[in-house]
Amino acid sequence: MDGMGIGILKGLGVTFKHFVNTFVDDAKYAGKKYFNQDIFEERQGLSAAGAYTVQYPEEKIAVPERFRFVPFLVVNDYDAEDKPGEDWCTSCGICAKVCPPQCIWIVRGEDPNTGRPVPQPEAFYIDIDICMNCGYCAEFCPFDAIKMDHDYELASYDRTGHHIYDKQKLSKEYRYWYSISPTRAVDEAVERGGWEHKDVIKDKKKAAKQAGKEWNPDFSVYPGDLRGTQAAEAEAPVAVVEEVAPEPEIDENRIERIRASRQQALARRRQRDG
Amino acid sequence: MTMTDQVGPDLKTTDIEGAIDALKDMFPGVVSDDTREGYSGVMVDADKLVEVATAARDQLGFDYLSSATAVDYGQPDPDNPIDDPVIDGSMEMVYHAYRTSGGGALAFKTKTDRDKAEIPSLIGVWPGADFQEREAYDLFGIHFAGHPNLKRILLWDGFQGHPMRKDWKEAYYEQETKPFDSRWPGGHVHRAEEKNAYGKNVRYPADFDLSKLNDTSEDQLYAGMGLGVDIETLSGEPHMKTDRLVVNLGPHHPSTHGVFRMIATIEGETVNTLEPVMGYLHRNHEKIGERNTYLHNMPFTDRLDYISSMGNNFGYAMAIEQLLANGKRYNPPTYRAEVIRVLMAELTRIVNHFWSIGFLLNDLGAFFTPALYAISEREKILDFFEAAAGSRMMCNYMRFGGVAYDVPERIRSVASLVNDQVRDFDTMEYLTELINERLPRAIDELDRYLTDSEIVRSRTIGVGYLPPEAAIAYSTAGPLLRASGVPYDVRRADPYSIYPELDFDICTRDNGDIYDRYVIRLDEMRESIRILKQVLPRLEKTKGEDFFAGSKQHTPRVPIGEAYGRVENPKGELGFYVISAGDKKGTQNPWRYHVRAPSFINLTPLGLMSTGTKVADVVAILGSIDIVLGETDR
Repeated sequence: MDGMGIGILKGLGVTFKHFVNTFVDDAKYAGKKYFNQDIFEERQGLSAAGAYTVQYPEEKIAVPERFRFVPFLVVNDYDAEDKPGEDWCTSCGICAKVCPPQCIWIVRGEDPNTGRPVPQPEAFYIDIDICMNCGYCAEFCPFDAIKMDHDYELASYDRTGHHIYDKQKLSKEYRYWYSISPTRAVDEAVERGGWEHKDVIKDKKKAAKQAGKEWNPDFSVYPGDLRGTQAAEAEAPVAVVEEVAPEPEIDENRIERIRASRQQALARRRQRDG
Repeated sequence: MTMTDQVGPDLKTTDIEGAIDALKDMFPGVVSDDTREGYSGVMVDADKLVEVATAARDQLGFDYLSSATAVDYGQPDPDNPIDDPVIDGSMEMVYHAYRTSGGGALAFKTKTDRDKAEIPSLIGVWPGADFQEREAYDLFGIHFAGHPNLKRILLWDGFQGHPMRKDWKEAYYEQETKPFDSRWPGGHVHRAEEKNAYGKNVRYPADFDLSKLNDTSEDQLYAGMGLGVDIETLSGEPHMKTDRLVVNLGPHHPSTHGVFRMIATIEGETVNTLEPVMGYLHRNHEKIGERNTYLHNMPFTDRLDYISSMGNNFGYAMAIEQLLANGKRYNPPTYRAEVIRVLMAELTRIVNHFWSIGFLLNDLGAFFTPALYAISEREKILDFFEAAAGSRMMCNYMRFGGVAYDVPERIRSVASLVNDQVRDFDTMEYLTELINERLPRAIDELDRYLTDSEIVRSRTIGVGYLPPEAAIAYSTAGPLLRASGVPYDVRRADPYSIYPELDFDICTRDNGDIYDRYVIRLDEMRESIRILKQVLPRLEKTKGEDFFAGSKQHTPRVPIGEAYGRVENPKGELGFYVISAGDKKGTQNPWRYHVRAPSFINLTPLGLMSTGTKVADVVAILGSIDIVLGETDR
């Protein structure tokens, strides 16, 4: 052979370096490599060396602002001054048209007396099994009313019953959108000319003009943040809040709980297998 | 010969118009201009097709058949006729031939009758027409006279009908084109399987007889392999008691990178004949594409070669932009958009080649350590894709006239499901570090790790040889073609985007074996790094400029005509042949949408390369071609 095995040794050197680096990296963090917020950021960055494992589900890789998963519908904050919980969707149907796998069904609202369409969807369904997470609906919605979510944990035990999301399940507060994607939320608000829905801004601008005041919203801070969240919860229709806008789960003992349930499952299996 | 002497050698370098004129002179009355609005190229009479193609190859120098595909101009609905003379109830084969020395396409078409569709096969002129003609036969029902192995390629043999014909309706057929009327304003929600004619589980209709199911695929396949021949008479060795053994590799086999099957006849350990069998992942991407609007197709292209979705987006956007350019309201992509596209395309090339090298080593038996080393840096690129486009692999990033979003200023992750503020980098710093430090380091490491390894060398050098003439004739593309010493790269041969102003070389290797196909991928990654280093200052300079031209439309009307857009994807030349027809004012849905898939066409010479090698080498040869089944089977 040409190299008399030198090439293999060179290659093995690379493997050995990787092997050592992993331990060097472990040693660097002195046992605090996992479940550690600051180090997690470093490990996900460009300075990371050596192999590492993300301890899912205790740890999760952070998703960037533009990350897109199954869409949700934006509604007014439940503690908003006027029309809390109102849909931003005007049932114009653009999302249903631009959806490549055609997984969106919208029933346009109609005035029961006149029969004319009203700018509110009567029903809104998304089949999340069909959704291909392309993000067109959010991209082309003229009212910023449909947005892509960051919640990718949608597994359920029964897909037939649970995977067609209705309006209630799809609706989330504007505050939630602001919380998962602040940069884009501000950019869009600046483009709309205010924090509110396009149509509301139009009315408010008109009112401000009549009152002789200048329409000059403050984009540096989201008004929802100023409102006390606790007061908000008291005002909001409680049942809907629980169903519709689940707050991000804050559970101190989550990791412990998951571990415990795993242990239990293992124990059960051992028992079964004898 | 005398003909060649008469016309002189300059015909091989003349421009496309000159070539067309020469063809018309050579074949008066047979070759005529394609005068349909928005079309280019020539029409050729079917009975002289082989002669014309031979002349184009030998005398005009169009030695490389890029794409051969069929189009059905049939009437979809007799009750609802379309006022368009293009849709005349005929069928057509469309060929795009190129010169390996560079330049534009010689497009020639042959019409045939829809009911009795028959066209002479061009397999004798360009063997690369083999799979493409079989695909046209499978999906359109066109018979190719003279094709030695004309059988279905993507569908099974008992399949009823030819699905790409306009009058064929698929299961759950709802409406001719999207968007469907049932979605809005009165949205009737239903699950697709609830409409299943056979109920919740499969229940056969009353008159259905399973034993009458006519699937002769396997018989045909084995007959085509020359089975049933007595090996003793074949070898002339009366004492040798041996059978010709048939080995099926796949469809479920880890070496096949997906659901792909190779059927080989072997003598001892040596492969006699080998034929790839594919279509297990077939979903009729093209039929879906014809139902879709133009924009709908963009995320579907992600799913072709899912390792390099940015490149797929690029090719499709370019094809539609060609069509749009005939209309008046179209603005070409801005300079910044082009810069971003090239940035993404080259990063994709690095991602793909890392994958491809890693998995080649898997195929050689080095189970997963090289693969994991190779793809660890890929994560960093995907992080950037995710921050820019929203998804790591299904990027869906490009639009007609630019890109979907600007490159973000910061790669930032905010309050997620558990983690809080875990990532925040400046994009330019991130890219600079990645391109100048980490990626070159990773490529060098891979080089040090594998290139000199005696095991890799002894397994790959001289195995799976593909001579350059065969590489061209079999329409191979990408690293497979260039490793055989043919310096053909669409980025230079038929330049697009901002590639003409960038300084980079086309890598070639001369031996045409697996080893060279491995090394050329390292070379190409280094060239990509070179390009990216030139792209970064351009990205910095154009900061704040428009990344999209004009206004975004969710259902653009595309002017009628045809377009063939192609890019140099990591796996080879990816082409999109799109026809807009049916509405004079422009259409919302493509009439024809064809993907010239490099993973598919590069498999054509697999049998040729494998003959005479050992069974274990076949796996490595397949790995060196680098296929993705999402693109092969479409």
